[in-house]
Amino acid sequence: MAKTAQMHVTDEVAIQITAMNKWYGQFHVLRDINMTVNRGERIVVCGPSGSGKSTLIRCINRLEEHQSGQIIVDGTELTSDLKNIDKVRSEVGMVFQHFNLFPHLTILENLTLAPIWVRKVPKREAVDTAMYFLEKVKIPEQASKYPGQLSGGQQQRVAIARSLCMRPRIMLFDEPTSALDPEMIKEVLDTMIELAEDGMTMICVTHEMGFAQAVANRVVFMDQGQIVEQNEPKEFFANPKSDRTKLFLSQILGH
Amino acid sequence: MPDTSFVRREMLAPQKPPAGQSGAVKWLRENLFSSPFNTILTIVGLWAVYSLVSGAAPWLLNGMWSPSSVDECREVLTNTLGEGATGACWGVVRTRWHQFMFGFYDQSAYWRPLLAFALLFVSLAPVLYFGLRSPSLMMVGGAGALLVLALWGVGTDSWHLALAFGVMVALAALAWVAPKRLLWVTLAFPATAYYLLWGGPVWGPIGVMVGFGVAYFVWHAAQVKIGVTPAAALGIALALVWWLMLQGKVTAVLAMAVPIELPAQSPDKFGGFLLSFIIGVSAISASLPLGILLALGRRSDMLLIKTLSVGFIEFVRGVPLITMLFTASLLLQYFLPPQTNFDLILRVIILVSLFASAYIAEVIRGGMASLPRGQQEAADALGLDYWQAQRLIIMPQALKVSIPGIVSSFISLFKDTTLVALVGLADPLVGITRIVRSDIYWKAAYWEPFVFVGAIFFIFCFSMSRYSMYLENKLKTDHR
Repeated sequence: MAKTAQMHVTDEVAIQITAMNKWYGQFHVLRDINMTVNRGERIVVCGPSGSGKSTLIRCINRLEEHQSGQIIVDGTELTSDLKNIDKVRSEVGMVFQHFNLFPHLTILENLTLAPIWVRKVPKREAVDTAMYFLEKVKIPEQASKYPGQLSGGQQQRVAIARSLCMRPRIMLFDEPTSALDPEMIKEVLDTMIELAEDGMTMICVTHEMGFAQAVANRVVFMDQGQIVEQNEPKEFFANPKSDRTKLFLSQILGH
Repeated sequence: MPDTSFVRREMLAPQKPPAGQSGAVKWLRENLFSSPFNTILTIVGLWAVYSLVSGAAPWLLNGMWSPSSVDECREVLTNTLGEGATGACWGVVRTRWHQFMFGFYDQSAYWRPLLAFALLFVSLAPVLYFGLRSPSLMMVGGAGALLVLALWGVGTDSWHLALAFGVMVALAALAWVAPKRLLWVTLAFPATAYYLLWGGPVWGPIGVMVGFGVAYFVWHAAQVKIGVTPAAALGIALALVWWLMLQGKVTAVLAMAVPIELPAQSPDKFGGFLLSFIIGVSAISASLPLGILLALGRRSDMLLIKTLSVGFIEFVRGVPLITMLFTASLLLQYFLPPQTNFDLILRVIILVSLFASAYIAEVIRGGMASLPRGQQEAADALGLDYWQAQRLIIMPQALKVSIPGIVSSFISLFKDTTLVALVGLADPLVGITRIVRSDIYWKAAYWEPFVFVGAIFFIFCFSMSRYSMYLENKLKTDHR
């Protein structure tokens, strides 16, 4: 455990967020966010619901637009320039709470679609890559089924494989286990832990504190649209500094 | 004190469900006589069915095909069945069927609409059955067999019979070897059908298709450099240049140099189901892509496109179809460039297509709205651009949801083609029937033409509805 926490982190900057603000109409949802993510870092973002953590990571691949400040992903600044947005999106994989697999396509087609159309990979190569990642998430036998025939845990692993097929350099996870039955959470977390061990840069919004302790090298706690506290997991859980963090931890770890 | 502790020692093996309780009496009691009120409803219903059937059955059963006037028919009925007997005089259909089918099209050229009709099914096969071999082959083979029968029935000369037979055999072979290649027939169908039906030099329709080819290739070549939408605009602009400025001169030269042509048919000879099919099929195939574009436009972020789409849809839906038809017959000519000579049928097709596309757009928009937002987000997150996301993710699902609505729009469009009678075209229901009844021998044939025309409309509308059920079933992937 401790080993994973130290591994892989480099000095190279993957994501740089500076003085970023976002509003939904009049509502100030993200306030003065400053955050640097180095390549190889595994960051867990937690906080009460409505604290803006999902919005934050959705800003990183521009599913949400920020109104002020700067977000630089892999050296590309996110502006309204569609070229930059497409470039960032093809480098950044995202896994959603509700999987968002394409129900009209088979699992294999779900995995090969973006490589074929966006990366212009030949079909055969895309299929090979897809099968490689399906092996990795341990469900190669489901390749020809439709998403509706799979369990939630399997669907989420397919969704992870689908993102990986684009060979992203950064992965974003938006509450990947919140819609799953307890029995299925573990299989998804195992897949994510494996990914972390391979050195993937990950930002993960989750309430799975066990996962945070096992693989994160940094935990970010957010409340009311701002970063309240961040620290390495051991310190964060053992010695929370702010009252807000203490209250939150006592509520989720209380029973 | 309830016992709160329980431990199961053995897991139960699954068992068969109880046998279904069936039996006619049980079914009757449950469905027809379950309460006094339902019993009354059943009796009233039975009485209504009985009176309908007892009224219509003798008329249908005594129907006669041979007499060649209503008076003769009545006389035969009275002589054989006694005074006051009723019966259908189908002789009107027997003697005038060619007008119901073709209007006043030249009898010697009946092979042309018939071949076009068979080719319609050939070009539908790859679209309706996604290039699956056996249904495509069945459709092409069936169309071919019917075509040969029909050609023989209308007494086509052996040269055209052999030509049609050869074409259909070749297409059936293509359907067997490479059913997906039939799409080329589909692409060439509009020009082929126009050439067969209207006649004239072959170069006119080919010239129009060349315009579409220009638009496609310019778009294809330019989209990498300047993006999808500007490339499409450039392609359409160049196609317009071709159509409006160059095509006329080029085709005139070609027609002089290589005079391949069929005898031209004047548009006022078109009538009956031929007319309904020309308008119905063209408007159906034009309104679907137009409807998709309008639905996308209405959901667009771009204010101008959104406003134009909303304006178009709301305007068209707010205006009765008959107004559009009068526009076609009276007004449209003023808006077209002075030399263009669009005949009334083409103008009606354009307006009916625009009318239908507004309804289709709203049906499709409903389908798009029913998709979870996550689908668009997942497509975005994977880096698909707008058109890729729409084409690969959103539209396949939205169209699937919209199938019932789209098909009902198509069915009502097809039936609405009878309204063209109001602008003086000879549709089968009103136009042709009126002409047939102006014949002194068939003046009193009131029900027969309507029943006949209604039956044919029913066959085609019912087929469309069955096909939509087949499609829904085929595209079902949730397996629940």
